[in-house]
Amino acid sequence: MRIVGCIISALITIILIYVLDIQLTLHGSKTPIFGAFLSPQTGFWQNAEPVNETFNAQLNFPQLTGKTEVYFDERLVPHVFAENENDAWFVQGYLHAKFRLWQMDFQTYAAGGRLSEIMGDSLNGTSFLKIDKFFRRLGMVYAAEKMLNAIENNAPLKSACDAYTAGVNAYINSLDEKDYPIEYKLLNYKPEPWTNMKSALFIKYMAFDLAGYEQDFEKTNAKSFLSREQYNALFPYLYDSIHPIITDPLPKLTNMLSVKPPANVDSVYLNYKISNVIAPADKPIKPNKENGSNNWAVAGSKTKSGRPILCNDPHLGLNLPSLWYEMQISTPNFNSYGATLPGAPNILIGFNDNCAWGLTNAERDVRDYYEVKFKDTTMHQYWFNNEWRDATMRDEIIKIRNKPDDTEHIAVTVWGPVMYDPHYPDKLNSNKYYACRWKAHDESNELGTILNLVHAKNYNDYLNALTTFKCPGQNFVFADKAGDIAIHQQGGFPALWYRQGDFLMPGTDSSYAWQGDIPDSLQPVMHNPEQGFVSSANQYPYDPKTYPYYMPASFSYYRGWLINRSLSSMQNITVDDMKTLQTNFYNLSAEKALPVLMPHLDVSNLSADESKYVSLLETWNMVNDADSKGATVFKLWVDSCISKIYGDELHQSNLPVPSVELPAMLKNILKDSAALFADNINTTEHETLNDDVTAAFKSIIPVLKHAEQHDSLAWGKFKDTHVSHLLKIPAFSKLHIDVGGGVNIINAVGNNHGPSWRMIVELTDDINAYGVYPGGQSGNPGSRYYDNFIDTWIKGKYYKIHLYKEEEIVSKKNNPGKIIFSKS
Amino acid sequence: MKFIVVLLLTALLGYTAPLYFSWWSFAATSFIIALFIHQKAFVAFIDGFLGMFLLWLFFTLIIDNANQHILSQKIALLLPLKGSSILLILITSLIGGLISGFASLTGSFAGKIR
Repeated sequence: MRIVGCIISALITIILIYVLDIQLTLHGSKTPIFGAFLSPQTGFWQNAEPVNETFNAQLNFPQLTGKTEVYFDERLVPHVFAENENDAWFVQGYLHAKFRLWQMDFQTYAAGGRLSEIMGDSLNGTSFLKIDKFFRRLGMVYAAEKMLNAIENNAPLKSACDAYTAGVNAYINSLDEKDYPIEYKLLNYKPEPWTNMKSALFIKYMAFDLAGYEQDFEKTNAKSFLSREQYNALFPYLYDSIHPIITDPLPKLTNMLSVKPPANVDSVYLNYKISNVIAPADKPIKPNKENGSNNWAVAGSKTKSGRPILCNDPHLGLNLPSLWYEMQISTPNFNSYGATLPGAPNILIGFNDNCAWGLTNAERDVRDYYEVKFKDTTMHQYWFNNEWRDATMRDEIIKIRNKPDDTEHIAVTVWGPVMYDPHYPDKLNSNKYYACRWKAHDESNELGTILNLVHAKNYNDYLNALTTFKCPGQNFVFADKAGDIAIHQQGGFPALWYRQGDFLMPGTDSSYAWQGDIPDSLQPVMHNPEQGFVSSANQYPYDPKTYPYYMPASFSYYRGWLINRSLSSMQNITVDDMKTLQTNFYNLSAEKALPVLMPHLDVSNLSADESKYVSLLETWNMVNDADSKGATVFKLWVDSCISKIYGDELHQSNLPVPSVELPAMLKNILKDSAALFADNINTTEHETLNDDVTAAFKSIIPVLKHAEQHDSLAWGKFKDTHVSHLLKIPAFSKLHIDVGGGVNIINAVGNNHGPSWRMIVELTDDINAYGVYPGGQSGNPGSRYYDNFIDTWIKGKYYKIHLYKEEEIVSKKNNPGKIIFSKS
Repeated sequence: MKFIVVLLLTALLGYTAPLYFSWWSFAATSFIIALFIHQKAFVAFIDGFLGMFLLWLFFTLIIDNANQHILSQKIALLLPLKGSSILLILITSLIGGLISGFASLTGSFAGKIR
């Protein structure tokens, strides 16, 4: 009896422990190891940070040369005072890891095509293997290897990166399993050591996000069934009112790189309406098209204080933990504050004792595809300039959790890696070989620019710092205490002929190759212009009517126009005025679109019920605030008009097609070229523009009614903004945020996208600066500092930010802690 | 008295062992305690159960209170326990208690065989 009891109870104990010590499979996904996860000594309870936690420590590391003191302010922003610059980068690495380790690590897994290693090949309907293959084939690792090479060959940059990496690893090595960020415990894996390669991958991920948008396959598809006239109307290059960033005249050059299209361009490249329709492909992986930003600087002549004010708000995906981490870093060489990106040594957007700088994305398309002719399916030799050339082969091994490895064999040609081949079909399922030519594949030194900007003392330092920045091309705005303001679009951009690279290009010889980069002299800086301000919002950098090269891009149109219009009319500008402008919800696209669309809406054709929604539009003040119902009607109607007018033509193909933009539609209507498309080619009747615009309105009524019944017709509720955890775990996310905004709005808060860091810097003697981002300094969902800035951000409020002197912060009370780093 | 001593010892070693070994190593200490300090099977189970149940209960209550339920509410949404921190604390403690209780029961039986 006792033996039986003993065996039974022993079995129960063992089974209990066994079941709680493995990952179970529930609804197709793996659970955490419940025992370890729930144990108060090892599990998530250890991540529940006391709300009155202090962050005090005395740490010694052999890699340091001097002493560094870190004071946390009441928002947990570290103010770092280092005796030595490399020690500062070590400490930055340590602090990034201390507060954001999982996010840094996870982002580099994504960039390097390694998500399957931790997530398995698929989970909850997301194929991680597919995502990994995409990034491998795009050549992200190939690009990061080149960046690593650039780092290795630049002594000061290498020592900064080495120090940063050592700092990250010093923190990782100090961890017990119980200290791991909660996401490691949920997914059951461990942090791996940091390397300079991981920093390089992270920077290349930003290049993907900001210089990885193109629609070459989609446009090639559209070209195959649209006439030249139709195509140019749908995807125009020139507009009547363009408000470029740089309005200074271009310099006159005698010896300019002139680019000419090859002789056969009309027959083999600009050959519209040629082919038949084939089967649809997978939904492509793309960065968000709305990745963009605003920045501007106003000169002292326009401000109340007589000093410049610089503003910047980068619009990116909104996630938790946030992409940004605020810091002050003070060394004998510089004293700087700003938004840093955990993953590399940097202060990306910020200011120092002398000047301030900000970035917006250039949006230029720097990725093209060339069709490669291989001798056979081994891809060892390809035809180029009348001979067979050898391709080098890259084997990218993708490790998959609980499964055998997968290997991608990628041929590398003179163009770059062959991204698509019959084993990895392109979006048009063409079964052809396409090599990817991408600026992000070229060796360059973006990090050098960022580290030099931190040191900049004046306008010339700013100019010199920018020269090494190639990809992703950015508009760098600048202002200093001496009164200078400037803006410059910096990047490596190919000099292109009209429509070059918009479509897939022949790659059997060099005739379609990029013929060189646009010379620096044709990328002029606008410095202290008479208008008293400079600005950028992802629009055309120069007037395309006079610019000698073709500039393909996904430019935005209305934000920059509105910023310039607002700034021109403003005088005696204060920081508060700038806050108002940065959080402005006015919809300029509605101001331009409604007078064009309304006359075509046949109101007599609408029922009383439908007319009710027209009056919402008519009484709308064209402000996209959270309560606005007109904003919802407008957004739906515009999208519906585009699909009614152009959908029938574009959907002659089941394959992906490029999207038609609002300014193109307005241009078409105003120039009467919409008539080209108004008739629905799938019906026997002859539809007019009025028919389309009215039908478009009628078709949105059910959506509007549904929204009204569910109390979500107001724009904030309809748009339903959220800031999601990187693993899309709802409990770790901030959902259903009721806030205004939208595409084309200065305060561009979208559904999961928007101003990810707002900064305003007035360059008074004692710098007067403000900032906020939708997140918090800690990446730990169990910390009160995880998402504590979001409410301030929603309200359009700011925190005063301080470039402290050490003695100032020492004397401040209620700081949550101080860490002293010393050489051991 | 014995009951109290075993309870305290179970909790003490149940706290110490996981500092050096796996999260479930308290099962081994509960087993050994019951093996050497003999009690009736049912009493041994209750003693072992309560030792760990109370340890984890107080442990999690202290952590959760200091954290003002920030994380426990999120985990209780994730698991899903409808966001109830208390339910999550009870389930956590129950797991510790049950494993320890059955390990003690095994120890008690094994002690008699010896």
